[in-house]
Amino acid sequence: MNRSHRHGAGSGCLGTMEVKSKFGAEFRRFSLERSKPGKFEEFYGLLQHVHKIPNVDVLIGYADIHGDLLPINNDDNYHKAVSTANPLLRIFIQKKEEADYSAFGTDTLIKKKNVLTNVLRPDNHRKKPHIVISMPQDFRPVSSIIDVDILPETHRRVRLYKYGTEKPLGFYIRDGSSVRVTPHGLEKVPGIFISRLVPGGLAQSTGLLAVNDEVLEVNGIEVSGKSLDQVTDMMIANSRNLIITVRPANQRNNVVRNSRTSGSSGQSTDNSLLGSPQHIEPSCEPEDEDSDEDDIIIEDNGVPQQIPKAVPNTESLESLTQIELSFESGQNGFIPSNEVSLAPIASGSTTEFETHAPDQKLLEEDGTIITL
Amino acid sequence: MRRFLRPGHDPVRERLKRDLFQFNKTVEHGFPHQPSALGYSPSLRILAIGTRSGAIKLYGAPGVEFMGLHRENNAVTQIHLLPGQCQLVTLLDDNSLHLWSLKVKGGASELQEDESFTLRGPPGAAPSATQITVVLPHSSCELLYLGTESGNVFVVQLPAFRALDDRTISSDAVLQRLPEEARHRRVFEMVEALQEHPRDPNQILIGYSRGLVVIWDLQGSRVLYHFLSSQQLENIWWQRDGHLLISCHSDGSYCQWPVSSDAQQPEPLRSLVPYGPFPCKAITKILWLTTRQGLPFTIFQGGMPRASYGDRHCISVIHDGQQTAFDFTSRVIDFTVLTEADPAAAFDDPCALVVLAEEELVVIDLQTAGWPPVQLPYLASLHCSAITCSHHVSNIPLKLWERIIAAGSQQNAHFSTMEWPIDGGTSLTPAPPQRDLLLTGHEDGTVRFWDASGVCLRLLYKLSTVRVFLTDTDPNENLSAQGEDEWPPLRKVGSFDPYSDDPRLGIQKIFLCKYSGYLAVAGTAGQVLVLELNDEAAEQAVEQVEADLLQDQEGYRWKGHERLAARSGPVRFEPGFQPFVLVQCQPPAVVTSLALHSEWRLVAFGTSHGFGLFDHQQRRQVFVKCTLHPSDQLALEGPLSRVKSLKKSLRQSFRRMRRSRVSSRKRRPAGPSGEVQEGSAKTERPGLQNMELAPVQRKIEARSAEDSFTGFVRTLYFADTYLRDTKEIQLMHRAPVVGILVLDGHSVPLPEPLEVAHDLSKSPDMQGSHQLLVVSEEQFKVFTLPKVSAKLKLKLTALEGSRVRRVSVAHFGSRRAEDYGEHHLAVLTNLGDIQVVSLPLLKPQVRYSCIRREDVSGIASCVFTKYGQGFYLISPSEFERFSLSTKWLVEPRCLVDSAETKNHRPGNGAGPKKAPSRARNSGTQSDGEEKQPGLVMEHALLSDERVLKEIQSTLEGDRGSLNWHSRRAAMGCSLSNGGGGGSGLECSCRMCWEGMGGRALAPLPWIPQGPTHALMTWKAPCLGSVWAAGAPRPAQGDPELSLCVLQQSEWLSVQAAR
Repeated sequence: MNRSHRHGAGSGCLGTMEVKSKFGAEFRRFSLERSKPGKFEEFYGLLQHVHKIPNVDVLIGYADIHGDLLPINNDDNYHKAVSTANPLLRIFIQKKEEADYSAFGTDTLIKKKNVLTNVLRPDNHRKKPHIVISMPQDFRPVSSIIDVDILPETHRRVRLYKYGTEKPLGFYIRDGSSVRVTPHGLEKVPGIFISRLVPGGLAQSTGLLAVNDEVLEVNGIEVSGKSLDQVTDMMIANSRNLIITVRPANQRNNVVRNSRTSGSSGQSTDNSLLGSPQHIEPSCEPEDEDSDEDDIIIEDNGVPQQIPKAVPNTESLESLTQIELSFESGQNGFIPSNEVSLAPIASGSTTEFETHAPDQKLLEEDGTIITL
Repeated sequence: MRRFLRPGHDPVRERLKRDLFQFNKTVEHGFPHQPSALGYSPSLRILAIGTRSGAIKLYGAPGVEFMGLHRENNAVTQIHLLPGQCQLVTLLDDNSLHLWSLKVKGGASELQEDESFTLRGPPGAAPSATQITVVLPHSSCELLYLGTESGNVFVVQLPAFRALDDRTISSDAVLQRLPEEARHRRVFEMVEALQEHPRDPNQILIGYSRGLVVIWDLQGSRVLYHFLSSQQLENIWWQRDGHLLISCHSDGSYCQWPVSSDAQQPEPLRSLVPYGPFPCKAITKILWLTTRQGLPFTIFQGGMPRASYGDRHCISVIHDGQQTAFDFTSRVIDFTVLTEADPAAAFDDPCALVVLAEEELVVIDLQTAGWPPVQLPYLASLHCSAITCSHHVSNIPLKLWERIIAAGSQQNAHFSTMEWPIDGGTSLTPAPPQRDLLLTGHEDGTVRFWDASGVCLRLLYKLSTVRVFLTDTDPNENLSAQGEDEWPPLRKVGSFDPYSDDPRLGIQKIFLCKYSGYLAVAGTAGQVLVLELNDEAAEQAVEQVEADLLQDQEGYRWKGHERLAARSGPVRFEPGFQPFVLVQCQPPAVVTSLALHSEWRLVAFGTSHGFGLFDHQQRRQVFVKCTLHPSDQLALEGPLSRVKSLKKSLRQSFRRMRRSRVSSRKRRPAGPSGEVQEGSAKTERPGLQNMELAPVQRKIEARSAEDSFTGFVRTLYFADTYLRDTKEIQLMHRAPVVGILVLDGHSVPLPEPLEVAHDLSKSPDMQGSHQLLVVSEEQFKVFTLPKVSAKLKLKLTALEGSRVRRVSVAHFGSRRAEDYGEHHLAVLTNLGDIQVVSLPLLKPQVRYSCIRREDVSGIASCVFTKYGQGFYLISPSEFERFSLSTKWLVEPRCLVDSAETKNHRPGNGAGPKKAPSRARNSGTQSDGEEKQPGLVMEHALLSDERVLKEIQSTLEGDRGSLNWHSRRAAMGCSLSNGGGGGSGLECSCRMCWEGMGGRALAPLPWIPQGPTHALMTWKAPCLGSVWAAGAPRPAQGDPELSLCVLQQSEWLSVQAAR
């Protein structure tokens, strides 16, 4: 059809690479400088331009040397695609709204001879489920090992990111007993253990929790002395952002602390996260707390909306109250108060919030170390 | 920074906390659970009750009570108060003896255990050889005679329980000293009776179960007299002068035996079977009491005809040709008769019969003709019908208090006028500073009003809602008068009646407005009754309204019980609270929340389907809201889903029960016979191993909206605050909401309706921003009003794993500074902990463990007072009272002195007894005397009787003043002119205006553009949303209204100008 957009195709020049792009039933051919592929955004714009679909959101895929359909959605995989293309880079474009993610994945192009129809008609009935590779920008954290630097090597603190409802947390806990070293020698003490992982659940898919791991803390609160029901309630109450500190039953895969970068003796999936400092997160980040907790208000127009925050320093106050709770209650049932603000309630307590304001920044900074 | 804050105690705050909070369990109200023994000291005039759990409780004059608990937790089988001493001996079912004494410490008596002792036989003897059957404290108070199953009588010396082996009266010794002709029969077996000669301390009587009775000379070690009965002996009574014995037997007969010097007369003087001629049950105890008039009282337990009345629990009293068989609804544990205390007196002159039955104590006046019962000042059977809910109201205005008492006294006409005869000891407790009411709702549709001000929980008034409804039982059935010639002459006594006519009558929620005297009660079948206090009996029709909570929800079928059928036409109601409106929810599910706003004349009620608002003055429904979620519709099509969840929870609770049983078995201490113990341990072990193999698991899963959703309305709350339009808050953590509270501009909880009108509270600060506190089972959250933005929260479950079961705002006074106090939240969790959480910053202050976490019914029954006290059920019949406050503490403090009380005669026993009642009355007269907070209010009420009356009259609906009436009409008009919005809004508007009429005497805290009356309700525990419907105050432009804001005087002048 419209072939006028071929730029230097077939020039045969060693530094260029032929690109064959397909959108719907239309093909476009053009060439790219192999040594200077440019950025992904430029490539994306170029494709939109050659297909004359400037305002359509599309997904871009390419066939790699094994015939697999793989996505291109960032500079890295774009460069990978360009560097591996031999000799032709075959590009497949789908509209985002009608994208068929199942088309991506290993073996997609080899096994299915009619892969083209598959791509072209996304609503084609799939005969069997494919292994899904979703778009990297849709990736979100599922779990992480945190606080490696402050925990004993025998312990592991795992954060599970519950997102939506599609995947269950998927584990069970039970009562049990563990052996502790105490001043009186070894002692058997009651403990809480993971008793079962639900196949396909979040807990199992992380690979970080296993049956018979002893649960030591839930979101920074020690579970010793608490009943199974209490720990259950705590976990469920924290289920949106659950941080469990366990002593793994299998102690062979522990992170070796003093060689952090190479310390991944077995846990491959998430140790990459450990390497980057931004992933060593505090257990009770205020931001996380509230993003999962925003209540909804429905006015008489019936439109639900998030409830706004009233005072900017809510966080700090909140985190304060939490720390307080995590302490052992003092003698006589008195819970130690750790700051002054409560004293004269009768005399204008409204001003108290203002008096906090200067401290706010400090507190918030501190808020990151809250636990443990 | 955090490091500095860490366990850092603010010393000032810590000290203040110590001044404000302290935890004490102070007193147990009600009737001891599972009583097993009764004792009485005629000299101390103190009653003692022992229980199956090893507790002993002593009661004297109202306010005088002591409690002790045996470490062993075994059942108390006998209690003996040592004659003339402040000491008592208890026998437990593990055959151990314990000596307790009342010792004076710091001006008050305390009950403590001094010694314990277990009788040991010679090595190799059967355990029964030393199994104690009877205990006789000798009048010397130094010796204890112990009759045993072997027939031997052992002697131990008090107070150290030193066994005096040489004084043992063995059955062989007795046999040898019997005359020849009596020896041939096998007469021994266990000792059934031991008595000391009423006049001669050297003679004791020993009765053996096979029928032999001997009178034993302690000094001469010889048989003085012997008597042989042909029947199994049950018990013996020795008449006061010592000349006559009365023995009672297992065949229902009793015999009189003369004790005279011609010793060889083994034949009874007289023998008869009182309820013969057909076979009768045993008479287990008999008393033969002489009177000055000559004719004795014969009082015995049992002996009823076996076939027809064998299942009755009866005590018969025979005197002067009269015979009555008092018929108890529960098993009789024991009884005693209060008589002349002086052992030297010639006659017994019984005054009262005291019967301890399994479920209640009954005292019968034997001096008044007809033998009427005596009203109990304590030991009330709270559970005459099972308690289904309770409601506490602090600081009752005197007027209302008196009216309730007046109504109650008319119900108590059948009681004896006798003063409470058990009046030992002196109560040192100061008069309660305020009048508190505890209302309990019962399964049979009654509400009982208890005086909860002091140590004695006293029944003031009983309200029955049954008359409003048509029930299956014929009212005449109960009244079927027994004919004069009925035999046996049964007479039902006591109030314990566990059988409910109709379970739907059960009371589930109670709400009393102490200022207006309006009461709302709601029950199991969705019935909501509004009642008002009327001092006269009245015949009136109850207005019936149906509230359709489902509205236009389609396809829902209710498969539960039907609603109650109400009586049509006028019904006669006795003086007291009389119902005038009946709202019946449709479907008739149990009412789960109730609120009354007496100023706006509104009652709000909620069930698992929705909630409604009813104007009880205009008798019309204001609005109804269905809380069933459309997505829930399928699940609720039938109650199947609920059945399932019920099943699940049942299964869980069974599992829990089993677990606790296993663990309790493990805890049981090793018994004396180690071999048996080991055997049982062996059998236990495989069971335990099985437990290890299949441990209890808990699934960890985030709650989803679908599986946790119900429309169950748990809390309803009225508030006069700032709110625009209708708002619904959905708590995303999806925990059930258990409490709602609005704090005013000064972060003080809003006062109750009419509180300000009665000058008992500062009017709330309507200027500053109000805050809404929503307490769910898991979190406390504060939102600002009117914008409803999140301000603060405290997570409980996420941090502690505990869940809020009860929350209530309470005022904590300081024990140091007289006028200093703070409002905080008292919180009970599912673990049985009680915490105080500060307002408004939501900081945990103190935490105490109060109730065992396994005690689910105890936790469910907990109710807090407004001043930091609380009650919870420790058994079906007992409330434990606790206090979180340093200032408000109701606790028995009393003095029992043997020297002083020894001189007491029945006639002059009134001295110490009157003290508490006088003190209680004096509280009302000597206002200025004590500076107790309660009295301030008292003063306000009393001094301003006129105000009170006026308010009362406005509240009772008959508006005396035409002025107010016309004013009200005018306002209603202006409102409808400016009105708009939905019907619900319009109604609330009108409501706030109605409120005005009733509030005319109070300063009006109202700014034209300011606050809004709002009805806040709480919806759906699991979805976690709060409903609020509001309407703006009257139009801003109304100048007349702006004027009336200012002051009471201006308000009145505006009125006059009109």
